This record gives sequence, structure tokens and C-alpha cells, in this order.
Amino acid sequence: MIKKKILNASVSSATALSAFFILAIVAVVMGNIIIEGSSTVTWEFLTGKPTEGMTQGGIFPAIFGTFLLVVIMSIIGVPIGTITAIYLTEYANQHSPFARLIRFAVNTLAGVPAIVFGLFGLGFFIQFVGSSMDKALLPAGELRWGQPNILWASLTMAILTLPVVIVSVEEALKSVPRELREASLALGATKFETIWKIVLPNSLAGMLTGGILAVSRGAGEVAPILFTGAAYFLPKLPNSLSDQFMELGYHIYIMSTQSPDVEATRGIQYATTLVLLVLTFALNFSAIFLRYRVRKNMAH
Amino acid sequence: MPKNQLKKKFRLGEVIAEKVVTIVAFFSLAMITLIFVFVFRETLPIFFSGNAEVSSVPVQIEQQETYGDEGIQEVAMQSKTSSHDNEGIASFDNLTGTTWQPVSGTPKFGIVPLVLGSFKVSLIAVLFAVPIAILAALFTSSFAPKWAKELMKPAIEILAGIPSVVIGFFALIVLASLIQNIFGYQYRLNAFVGGVALSFAVIPIIYSITEDAISRVPRSLTEASLALGASKWETALYVVLPAATPGIFAAVLLGIGRAFGETMIVLMATGNAAMLTASLFEPVRTMSATIGAEMAEVVFGETHYNVLFLIGSILFLFTFVLNAIAELFVRQRMMKKFQGI
Repeated sequence: MIKKKILNASVSSATALSAFFILAIVAVVMGNIIIEGSSTVTWEFLTGKPTEGMTQGGIFPAIFGTFLLVVIMSIIGVPIGTITAIYLTEYANQHSPFARLIRFAVNTLAGVPAIVFGLFGLGFFIQFVGSSMDKALLPAGELRWGQPNILWASLTMAILTLPVVIVSVEEALKSVPRELREASLALGATKFETIWKIVLPNSLAGMLTGGILAVSRGAGEVAPILFTGAAYFLPKLPNSLSDQFMELGYHIYIMSTQSPDVEATRGIQYATTLVLLVLTFALNFSAIFLRYRVRKNMAH
Repeated sequence: MPKNQLKKKFRLGEVIAEKVVTIVAFFSLAMITLIFVFVFRETLPIFFSGNAEVSSVPVQIEQQETYGDEGIQEVAMQSKTSSHDNEGIASFDNLTGTTWQPVSGTPKFGIVPLVLGSFKVSLIAVLFAVPIAILAALFTSSFAPKWAKELMKPAIEILAGIPSVVIGFFALIVLASLIQNIFGYQYRLNAFVGGVALSFAVIPIIYSITEDAISRVPRSLTEASLALGASKWETALYVVLPAATPGIFAAVLLGIGRAFGETMIVLMATGNAAMLTASLFEPVRTMSATIGAEMAEVVFGETHYNVLFLIGSILFLFTFVLNAIAELFVRQRMMKKFQGI
């Protein structure tokens, strides 16, 4: 009996300790970055350009570049992801080989390492599509699209975040009660009318969740843009799709590993990290809140 | 209005809508195919340009790029002693060699240290993450009071939401010093630091899938166990865990896949020197970090460029196989197991 009690205590305390350890990791990582970063984050830091060879000044170009990246990415990725989700939930026969193939493709896409997306962006968008565009549009030898730029980086990121959109929208579509669809169909509406006027408006929150989660993921990933468009420092903001751009995550990486004086810019590094963290969490929390509402609707 | 006309008009719109939706849905499939094709396409020149341009360039050791600060000399020393006759081309011998030194008079593309490096760091990460994540999932499902459950859920979501570059940054600045102070070894950035940091990214995956698997264990099983007089921990250990094993196995596989493919954390925290060593506390260069660090500087179409794509293909195939196995396991085994009950 005593042996049992000891075992009981040790098993339950081991599990509790593990849970506590996870909480501690979260607290320490977040706490460290918030404490170290908050003193440097000022209005000037958020709106200024890097100066003095990147050792002073702000990170506005990186914030702007990140913003541009996720906007272009969403314009491409969210409609495609939403329509794919509509196909999978509304049109596809769940057991048809084609639908299963698409589901398999989405699952596979979700498991591809981020760096491989970067390779794909380089091999396909830059080397194949971009170079072909240059050959067709520009005089021989000139290079415009066949090099890293914000368009190719955004497209790469759009493909990476596609599964996130698809899964979220699918969940939202499934949360629309069958009765609504059947009522609509019974009143004489066609399938497309039902989807367009009944299902989609009722799953708007879910679609928004998908978009937000994709943006959050896209803003946080650095590996795919390492060689598809991000730049260390640019004197000007990008003003065309064929320009390179600065990005928050890339800025953190490059400033903390490759700037000439890593120690001197520690404050900037921490502050940039804090900005990225706040950005992704603001997005994540709004997505969690929206999803919570979707699930509440589902329960009704 | 004649009824027929009305019907026909509507149907045309319907057919077009359905076709458009189906075609767009095809996009994901097209993309995954294109990824396969284009990542592998760039590796082909390695296998089809077998003519060796044998020249006797004197061995120049250029400093290897490392994105940590340590371990440079070590590698240079190591590669001086090994000799290869194939210059500039990636012959099979060169590829399976033990020296990775792509930027030098006689480039060496031995990917063995990179593959082993990836395995080493992933193994450390998984060894850390698996027990913690599984025990914590068991805690939330079997032992935790309600407030602790409510606390764990957002904590895991937060951990999963931290961008990997932020974890890498934290590891580079804080964790590396912390662990060095504890163990007192020479190199600040090494496989161990990278592995521990990587486990931060792996824990949420393993935890979530394990918790999901545990919650799918039928209540009748746990209740029967408790009714027979088993205590909570006995039920958790001998009933819940075994019943959830296929799911947990899948969780571990997916965790390994994530660890293997992760780039930014290992790029920033492992020291990035391609050394062949069994020591945990020496710098290591993984496959993903090699691509991330070197791809921006290579000349397109060169052997180095193609070899980096080859490394990417290996990464891709490996994670693909892991994910496929995990999925099979979850679907089929879980189904079989619970349909019988």
C-alpha cells in the first residue's frame, strides 16, 4: 500500500513537473524578450530608418516590408485556400479519388519544411518563371524578375500558408448547420446560391480566422525568404513588385548573427524581436477569439 | 416564364461554378507536384555531368562560413589533412565524403557530417521533448485540477505561436550562456544548445497530438479501470497510455519531422561548423542550416548550388516519409483499435 502511494505520488508529480516545465519555458522566453526589449521600443524606433551603419535608428523598413509581404501573400493565398476548402466540404464526394488526392496534397504541403519552400521559390519562381519573363519581356541580358524580390517571396509564403487557410475555412464551413443548407435548397436555391448566400456569410468569422492565422505564420517564418527576396539593408522602401525588401524576422536573424558588432546592437535585436512577437500574438489572439466564437456558434 | 428555360440557365451557372471551384482546388495538388519536380530538377546536373575536370589546383583553405563564431579553425585543420582528387564536381565519392567545404580551391561536398548533424540535433531535441510533452499531456488529461488545465491550453498555444527565429534568438543570447555556465564546456554554440532550443518548437506538436490521442481513449476504458479499483496513476499508466500509443507514436514521428526540417533555430544556435564528432557539446552543422546559410551566396547553376538542392531533396523526402507513416498510423491503427471495442 505504501509502495503504491509512493508510486502514485511520483507519477503524478512527474507529470505535474513536466507541465510546469512547459509553463516555465513560455514564461522565461516571453519574459526575457519583453523585459529586455521594451526599453528600446519607442515611437522613433517604430517609425525610423536604420542609421549609422545599422547600429542606431529604427526598423520601419522592416515593419513595412513584413506588412507588404503578408498583404501580397494573403491576396493570393486566402482566395485559393478558401475555394479549395469550399471544394473539399461542399462539392467533393469525400470518397472520390480526386478529393482524397487533394486532401493528401494539402496534408503533404503542411508537412514540407519551410526551407524547402525557399528552395522551391528559388528554383521555380526565380529561376524558371522569373528568368522566362526576363527573356520574353526585357532586352537580352537584363535581369529584373529573374532575381529575388518581394513578389516571389510573397508567392512562396502564400503556398506555405495555404494549408493553414484551408484547414481553418474547412472547419468554419463545417460549423454551418445542415438545416440551413437544406432549408435553402428546399426553398429552390441552387447549390451555388446556397453556398454563396447561406454558407459563406455564416462562416465569415472562420474565413477571417484562417486569414489571420496565415498572416501570423507568414510574418513569423524566415527560412522561405532567406534567398527569395529579403535584404539586409535597403536605403529605400520597396516601390515595385520586383524590389527586394527588409523583414522583421530576417532583420532579427541578420542583426544577431552577421552584423559587424553584434553586442552593440543587442538593444535593437531585442526590440525587433519584441515587435515581431507582439505582432504575431496580436494576430494569434484575435484568431483564437474568433475561433472560440465559431465553436460557440457550432454548439448552438 | 417557360419553366425549361429557367432551369437551363441556372444549371449553366452551376456547372461553371463547380468547374471553377474544382480547378482552383487542383492548385494544391499542382503545387506539391511542382515542389517535387523543381526541387529535384535542380539536383539533376550532379548526376548527369560526370566529366571530371581534373586540374591540380593547389589546396587553398578559405575560411569556411560559420554563422556562430566558433569552430572555424577546427574545421580548417581537419580538412587540410583529408585529400580528394575530384575538383569542382560532385562525384559520388565526394558527396559521401566526410568533409563539407564547398567554398575553396578544391570544393568538398561531403554531406555525411551534415546528415549526421541533423540527426544528432533532432535526436537531442526529441529526447528532451518527448518525455516532457507526453507527461504534460498525461497531466492535463488525468491529474490536473481544472485551473491547471485552463492554464496549459493557452501556454501551449503561445509556445506554438512563437516564431522559430525568436526561439533561435533566445537560444543564441540567453540559453547558450545559461547552459555553458552549467556545464562549462568550450564552445558556446553547439549541438546541445541547438537541440534544447529545438525542443521548444517540438514540444507543442507532440503535446497537442498526444493530448488529442488521449482524449480519444474511450471513457468506458478508464471508468472500467477505476471501477475495478485501479488508482488514478495505474489507470493513466496502464490503461490510458497503452490505448493512446498509436497516436503518441504519430506525435513523436511528426515531432522528429519538425525537428529535422526546422531551419532558423539550428542556424542560429548550433554553431554551424561541419564537424564529425560524437560530442554533444561541439558545434554542428545541419542540412537545413547549410541551405539557409549558403544558398544566398552561391552562383546559380554551379555544383555547390545543385548540391544544396540535393540536400533539400533529402530533407523533403525524409519529412515526407515520416509524415506519411504518421498519418497511416493514426488513421488505420486508431480505427482498428477502437472499432473492436
